[in-house]
Amino acid sequence: MVKSGGSKNSRHLGWAWASPGLIFLTLFAAIPVVSMLFMSVLTAGRFGGVTTPINFDNFSRATDPIFVQVILNSLVIASATAILSLLIGFPTALFISRLSRKWQIILIVAIILPYWTNFLVRTYAWLVLLNNEGIINKFLKNIGLIDKPIEMLYTPGAVIVGMTYLYLPLMILPIYAALEKVDKNLTEAAYDLGSSVWKSLRTISIPLAMPGILIGLIFVFVPSLGNFVVPELLGGGKTVMIGNLVRDQFLKARDWPFGATFALILTLILIVLISLQSYASKKANVNA
Amino acid sequence: MAIMRKHKFSASVVAAAALVLSACGGSTGDASSATVDSSVDITTQKLVISNWAGYYPEDLPAKVKEAIGVDITITNHANNEEIMGKITASDDSGIDIAFVSGQYAQALAAGGKIVNFDKAAIPNLANLYPEVADLAYDKGTNYAAPYAWGTTGICYRSDLVDFTPDSWNDLLNPKDSIKGKTTMLATERWLALPAMKLLGYSMNTTNADEIAKAKEQLVKTKPTLLAYDDTAYYTKLVSGEAVLSESWDGWCNYGIAENPNIKFVIPKEGSDLWADTMVILSSSKNKEAAHAFINYILQADVHAWVANNILYKVPNKAATETLDPALSTSYPNMGLTPAELLKGEVVLDLGTDSKLYTDLATEVTSS
Repeated sequence: MVKSGGSKNSRHLGWAWASPGLIFLTLFAAIPVVSMLFMSVLTAGRFGGVTTPINFDNFSRATDPIFVQVILNSLVIASATAILSLLIGFPTALFISRLSRKWQIILIVAIILPYWTNFLVRTYAWLVLLNNEGIINKFLKNIGLIDKPIEMLYTPGAVIVGMTYLYLPLMILPIYAALEKVDKNLTEAAYDLGSSVWKSLRTISIPLAMPGILIGLIFVFVPSLGNFVVPELLGGGKTVMIGNLVRDQFLKARDWPFGATFALILTLILIVLISLQSYASKKANVNA
Repeated sequence: MAIMRKHKFSASVVAAAALVLSACGGSTGDASSATVDSSVDITTQKLVISNWAGYYPEDLPAKVKEAIGVDITITNHANNEEIMGKITASDDSGIDIAFVSGQYAQALAAGGKIVNFDKAAIPNLANLYPEVADLAYDKGTNYAAPYAWGTTGICYRSDLVDFTPDSWNDLLNPKDSIKGKTTMLATERWLALPAMKLLGYSMNTTNADEIAKAKEQLVKTKPTLLAYDDTAYYTKLVSGEAVLSESWDGWCNYGIAENPNIKFVIPKEGSDLWADTMVILSSSKNKEAAHAFINYILQADVHAWVANNILYKVPNKAATETLDPALSTSYPNMGLTPAELLKGEVVLDLGTDSKLYTDLATEVTSS
């Protein structure tokens, strides 16, 4: 009696604790996604907005090769950004995790600090660095390494570099959080027993950091895939991503249903990826 | 638990359907006429005005308060698309007056989002050039009071190009010496404009063949471009990164102000005529003050002060006549006559055919 009453209370208490989060998610995630779903099957109003009748033309329109190409481009660029972030972020996180507590805090703060600057300002900084008359090209010219400036800005490469810079902390922090918990004795024992650096990485650090790595990959991939400001500024408008399509359909073509269709496609891609990540993460935890 | 989930889902569905339906509202209808009640004390009304950043004198609110006694708050939008989004997203955006380009005013009027002026309350409309009444986006100046007008041309570094550009061909099929150093506007109607004019088409064409031919040219042009850029190209011209850019006339002035070697030319194949206008939203509860504000701006000395400040031409005859002739020596676009401007084609709203141009721009930029 008492026991079941207690569990009922705690269940109620659970709902009470969860309710702010649930209300938030309903208001700002569930309702927008469902309204997007509705919008995508309606017809564009003459001046924006949506009207009846219901139709599914937008989904066949979205499979036009030109749009499929944009979606594929976006996937490639976001993947490249996530991988580049991992290649830079993992060694950085590993290095920080091996330092003394004091230095760990200093470096983590140093990584977060640029985040306090507006994201547009940080992106503009790359314009100054990469342009043909910019700091890097001038330096290379002055030391005689090149005669003609290397074209770096307004290329897909510049978009990837810019987004890697923006989202790198989102890779470093979860990997660091995972590595920091790893018992240092494990790697020391491996070295004592004659393991190479690479082997200890492969058998200890990487598997144990795997949940952090997977979270980092998702954290970088998700905002990269939907980004439309960096392709515009650093890609010079010559690299179009799915985020640009959504924005253009809503604001320029005033075709809200078609914009909603792309937003839905973007959401679907992300749901699939996040499901894969959580599956892989569970598996990694079991193996670890 | 299962019941809870179901409830939550249906609640979301209802709310979402309500959102979608509310977005449906007000999508048809024409501009209604405003009647100004002259007994209203406008000093009790407050105006919220949305304008482009940097497109008005900074002390405008103080001057308005002093002259007509109305408190105004100016909010900024970055482009037409942004303000259109704000206005169409809800029935009342809280904005009384919006500054939008002519073709957008045309769309807002057709959608019933703005009012026809009570012209008796804006006597200064008489200061405008008579030609203004013929502008195709609003014949008779019924709902859009022009604030500035101009055209699109080529802004270039006369010291860094070895010829004098005079044709859209110089931009679209550039000589080897300037390849990789040219920029085009990114907003789709202007992205298409040079190709349409070079090929001898209307910039308002909805003919599929003509659009396909323009696309072919633009795809060919893309690899020769430094970037598509609407906002920062004049800084690229100043730094020398770019030497030749498709440009709105007033924007070129920002470059000329920093480097006198920067010049502006309207290509011989012709160009557009755009006008930025002031419109009063149907949702405004301060229509009397709104009319008074527009009348104040159109006052000759005020509009001249605006022109001096923003370096764009104003379609106000009385104001233009008072401008210092020295201004057009430094900034050649300021000397363009209405007759020269009117040679340009007026940009029109294409309604549902707008997507032809969005698709064109997407296809070109992602090619």
